[in-house]
Amino acid sequence: MSVQSPSRGVAATAASSRFGAALGKPSQEQIVLLITISLLVVFGLTLNGFASVSNLLNLLRSISILGVLGLGMGLIVISRGIDLSEVAIMAGSWAIALIYMQNGMSVGAGVLLALGIAVLIGIVNGVMVAFVEAPALFVTLAAGFVIYGLAFWIAPAWVVYAPKDLPSLMYFGAGRLFGIPVPILVFAVAAIAMHFFLSRTSIGRFIYAQGDNPEAARLTGIPLRPLIVLEHVLVALLAWIAGLVWIGTTGSMQMAITQGTMIFDVVLVVVIGGISLVGGRGSVFSVVVGCVLIGTLLNAFTIMDVNSEVQNIIKGVVLLVSIVLDNWLHPRDEETARQGD
Amino acid sequence: MSMAVDSFAASVRRFSPRLLLSELMLKQWFEPVVPFTVMIGLWAYFALTIPDYASVQSSVSLLRLFAEFGFVALAMGFCLVTGGIDLSVGAIFALCNFAALYFLLVREWPVEAAIPATLVIGALLGSINGFLIGFLKTRPFLTTLVTLIILRASVNLLNTQYAQVFATNSVESDSWDFIGGGTVLGIPINAATLFVVLLICHVFLSRSRYGWHLTAIGASRKAARHAGIRVRLMLFMTYVLSGTLCAASGIFYAARQASTDSTTGVGWEFQALTAVVLGGVSLAGGKGTVWRAMIGAVIIFLLINGLVRMGVPGYVTSAVTGLILLVAVGIDVKWSKNRGKAIQKIYVNPAFVPLAAAPAVHAGSGSPYAQNDRLINAQGIGIDQVEGPEDVILDRQGRLYGSTRDGNVIRFSGPNFETREVFAHIGGRPLGMQFDRDENLIVAVAGMGVYGVAPDGRVFKVTDETNRTWYKLNDDSRLRMADDLDIAPDGKIYFSDCTTRYEMTTNTLDILEGRPNGRVVCYDPATKTTRTVINHFYFPNGICVSHDGRSILIASTSLCKVFRHWIEGPKKGRTEVLIDELPGNPDNINRASDGTYWLALVGIRTPTFDLAARKPGFRLRMVKQVPTDEWLAPALNHGCVLKFNENGEALESWWDPTGISHSTLTSMREHQGYLYLGGLENNRIGRIKLDGVDDSWTGYDAYWGAKSRATTKVTG
Repeated sequence: MSVQSPSRGVAATAASSRFGAALGKPSQEQIVLLITISLLVVFGLTLNGFASVSNLLNLLRSISILGVLGLGMGLIVISRGIDLSEVAIMAGSWAIALIYMQNGMSVGAGVLLALGIAVLIGIVNGVMVAFVEAPALFVTLAAGFVIYGLAFWIAPAWVVYAPKDLPSLMYFGAGRLFGIPVPILVFAVAAIAMHFFLSRTSIGRFIYAQGDNPEAARLTGIPLRPLIVLEHVLVALLAWIAGLVWIGTTGSMQMAITQGTMIFDVVLVVVIGGISLVGGRGSVFSVVVGCVLIGTLLNAFTIMDVNSEVQNIIKGVVLLVSIVLDNWLHPRDEETARQGD
Repeated sequence: MSMAVDSFAASVRRFSPRLLLSELMLKQWFEPVVPFTVMIGLWAYFALTIPDYASVQSSVSLLRLFAEFGFVALAMGFCLVTGGIDLSVGAIFALCNFAALYFLLVREWPVEAAIPATLVIGALLGSINGFLIGFLKTRPFLTTLVTLIILRASVNLLNTQYAQVFATNSVESDSWDFIGGGTVLGIPINAATLFVVLLICHVFLSRSRYGWHLTAIGASRKAARHAGIRVRLMLFMTYVLSGTLCAASGIFYAARQASTDSTTGVGWEFQALTAVVLGGVSLAGGKGTVWRAMIGAVIIFLLINGLVRMGVPGYVTSAVTGLILLVAVGIDVKWSKNRGKAIQKIYVNPAFVPLAAAPAVHAGSGSPYAQNDRLINAQGIGIDQVEGPEDVILDRQGRLYGSTRDGNVIRFSGPNFETREVFAHIGGRPLGMQFDRDENLIVAVAGMGVYGVAPDGRVFKVTDETNRTWYKLNDDSRLRMADDLDIAPDGKIYFSDCTTRYEMTTNTLDILEGRPNGRVVCYDPATKTTRTVINHFYFPNGICVSHDGRSILIASTSLCKVFRHWIEGPKKGRTEVLIDELPGNPDNINRASDGTYWLALVGIRTPTFDLAARKPGFRLRMVKQVPTDEWLAPALNHGCVLKFNENGEALESWWDPTGISHSTLTSMREHQGYLYLGGLENNRIGRIKLDGVDDSWTGYDAYWGAKSRATTKVTG
C-alpha cells in the first residue's frame, strides 16, 4: 500500500501548477485544453458545419449555462464540499417565479422572488452542512428531491413558460451585445468575477484553505461554519443567474432537468477541468476549459445525432475515468482521509 | 420495612420519568425501538384509514410487493455499514430484471440456468463498483452515482430494443410461476426468501469474522487497516454482495411482473438510502444491523405505498422522502455525536432524602459526639507512603495492611511499622478488608468485585456479579462498587455494593442523587453463589457482623444512619434502624474489644447540606451548573471516629477537628490496645493508644479465635 506523505503531495501539486509550463510538465488544465483544441480540429475537419462561426458561437452559448453552474460547483468543490441540488435550485426557484409572473407579478418582483427562493435554499443547505454537520452529499441530494417536490406542488407543470413580451427578462438569454450573444458575456463576467473573488479576496483564499485542510483552517481562526453557508448561498446565486440565462434562451423553465443528468454534466465540467474532489485545487480556468471540452463534445454529439442514452453512457464513462484519474493524481492519504466522503 | 430498604412498591412510588429515559437511552436496543414504533404506528394509521388494509389477503400482497425493495435496502445497508454507499442499486436491480427476462425469453434458457446467470450479472455489475471503490479507492458516493447513470442509460437502451420480444412472449415454466406468485406456508415466496436471506446476513454481519471486518472498516478504515484487515478486498466483496442481492431482487421482480420499462427501479436508490438511514444504520459507517435496515425499509415502503393509495401525487412523495432523508441524516449525525452528552445531562436525578435530625457536636454540648482533639496527636505510620488507605487491618502477626488508591494492598511490618511493602496488587480501588478463617485477606474492590489475597500474596477472585433485578432496565448483575465487607461465622461474606448507577469516580453523584441505588450482597463460599440480600439501599457503606454473629450492621452514608439486618434467629431477614440520628456520614464499622463497635464518620453534617438533602431541585441545578469542585459537600475537614454499643447508643467520640493529619476518616481497627486509623484522602495511617482496653485483643481472635463472642458455632 502506497502511503504518500501529504506534505510532499501538496508541494508537488503546487509546484506542477505554478511552474508547470516553465518546467515542461503540463497541468491538468493544460492537458484538457490541448485535448479540447485537438477535438475542435478533428471535429472541424470531419463534421459538416462544425467549424462555422455561427456554430462556434452557438457552442459557446450552449455551454454558458453549464459554465455558470460550473462556476458555482467549482467554488464548492474547491472548499471540499459539493452541491447536487444546484440544478434543482435553478429550476425550482425560477419555475415558482415564472408561475407568479404568469399570474401578474411584475418582472422585477418575480426576479427578486426567484433570487429570494434560491438564497433561502442556499442558506438551508449551508446550515444543514455547517451546523447540523450532515454530509453535503446527502444534504444536497435530499434537498434536490425536496425542491423538486415543493416546486412542482406550487407550479404543477413540467414546463413553465415565461410570460410573453418581456424583453428585459429575455435579454440575458436571447440578447446580443456588440454581436456577441449575451449568455457568453454573462459567463465571461461571472467567470472573471469569480476568478477575482477566489484569487484576490481573503474570503476566496479562505475557501482554498478550507478545501486544503478544513481542520487547519478552523484552527487558524477562519469562521468555517459561516463560510460554508456563504459557499452554498453563492452556489444558489449562480444557479439563479444560470436560470436567468436559461429562461432567456428557451423562454421557459423545465422541471424535468431536476430529474435528469444535468447535475452530473456540471460535476463533470468541474472535475475534468482539474478541480479535484479532495478540495483546495483548481481554479476558474479549470471550469472554463472543462466547459469548453464538454461543450465541444455535446455539440459534436448533437451534430452526429447521437441517442441521448448513448450520450449519457459516454458522459458517464468520461466522468468515471476523470474521477479515477483525479483519484490517481491526487490520492487520498490513507492515514488522514476522513470517512464518508 | 424500614426506610433504608426500597420495596418494589416504593420504587414505583419513587418513579422518575427522567431516570427511566436516561436508563432507556443507555440500552443498545433503545435506538431501533424508535423507528420500530414509527413503523407500527404507520401501519396502524393506514390500517385505520384504508379499508381492508390489515386483512390477510391485503397483507400478503403487501409483503409480495415489499420483498424486492427489501433486498435492495439490504444491499444499501451493507454498503453503509462499511462506510460507503451504493447508489447504483436501483439500476443494477433494473438491469438484472432485464437480464432475467432476456435469458428466458430471448435466449430461451431454462429457469435453472437463467437464475444463476442473472445472479452472476448482478455480481459482475457490483464488482465494477467494488473494483473502483475498493482497489482504485474512488469515492463511493460519486462513483456509484456515475455507474447509476451509465447502467440506467444502458437499461433504457436495451429495453427499447427488446420491448417487443418481452411483450409478445411469456415464460412457460411452473418453477418460474412459483417464483413469481407462489407461497411458502402462506407467505409469498419472495418474502420468505428475503427472510431467510436476512437471517443469513444477520448471522454473517453480527457473528462472523468477515461481518466484523466489514463493521470495523466502516467504524474506522484506518484502524481496520492497521489491524491487518484486507480493507480493499473486503470493500470489493461488499459491492459484489450488494450487486448479487439486487440481482436476486431483479429475478423476483421479473418473475412477478414479466415486463420491464424505463421506470423499473427508478428512485429506488434514493428510497433505499432514506430507508436504511431512517432505520438507524449510520451514514458514518460501522453501525447498523440487518434488522434496522429492514425496519427503515418497511417504513418507507408503507409510506410510499400508502401515499400512492391515498392518491397523493408522486412529486409530493418525492418531497416527503427527501425531507425524511434530510431529517434522518440530521438526527443520525447529531445523535451519534451527542448521545453520550444527552444521557449525561439527564442521568442524575436527585430525590428527597429523609434525613433525621442531627445531634449536637460542638465541644461542651455534653453529647457523646462533642468535638474534642483526641486524634490530633495520633502517631503517623507510613507518612507519604500510602495514598488514601480507605481501610486498615492487622493480621495475627501484628502486621498492618492498608488498601490504597493505586490498586494495592500495602503492608507495614516491623516493631514501628517502618518496613513498607506492596503485599498485593489487585487493581481497581481496594476498599474494605477482612481476614477469613484461613487468614486470606478478603478485599472489596470498587470496580471489580470481591477479591481475596492468600497469605503468600496470591490474588484470587471471590465474586464479581450477583443476581439481576428482573424489573430494572439497568443491568445490575455486575458489582459496581463493592465498598466494605465482613465475614459471618459460617463463612458467608456480606458486602455492600454502594451504588448500581455510578462508579468509584462518580460516587459523589450517588450521594447527591440520594436514591436507594445500593445493595447488600452475600457470597456463600459453600455453594459459591452470590445473592443480593437487601436491594435498594441508601448508599450502604460499612458492614460489620455483630459480635454474636447473628446480625450484620450496615452504615448508610447518605441517610446518616446505621441499620441492623438479622441473618440468624427469629428476626432473620428483617432490617431495622440501629442508630437513627448520626452527626455525620458513617463509613466503616468494626468490632471493638469490649463488645461494642467502632464507627468512622467520613463527613460531618452541616445545616446547609441537610437543607440541600430536602431540596432535590437545588441539587440537580448544582450538579448541572456548578463545576465539580464547587459542589456542596458535608464538612470533610474533620476526622471523627466513635464508639457505640449493641443497642445503638453512642458512647464516646474521638476527633481531629483540624483535619490536618486525619480528615475524612473511613476506617479504624483496634489491635492490642491501639486504634489504627485509615482515611480516604489521607497520606498516612494513624495510631493512638487506647486506655483501659484489653491489650491482647486482636481482630482475628475476635472473629476466629478465643475472643469470639459468636453464639452460633459453625464447624468449618
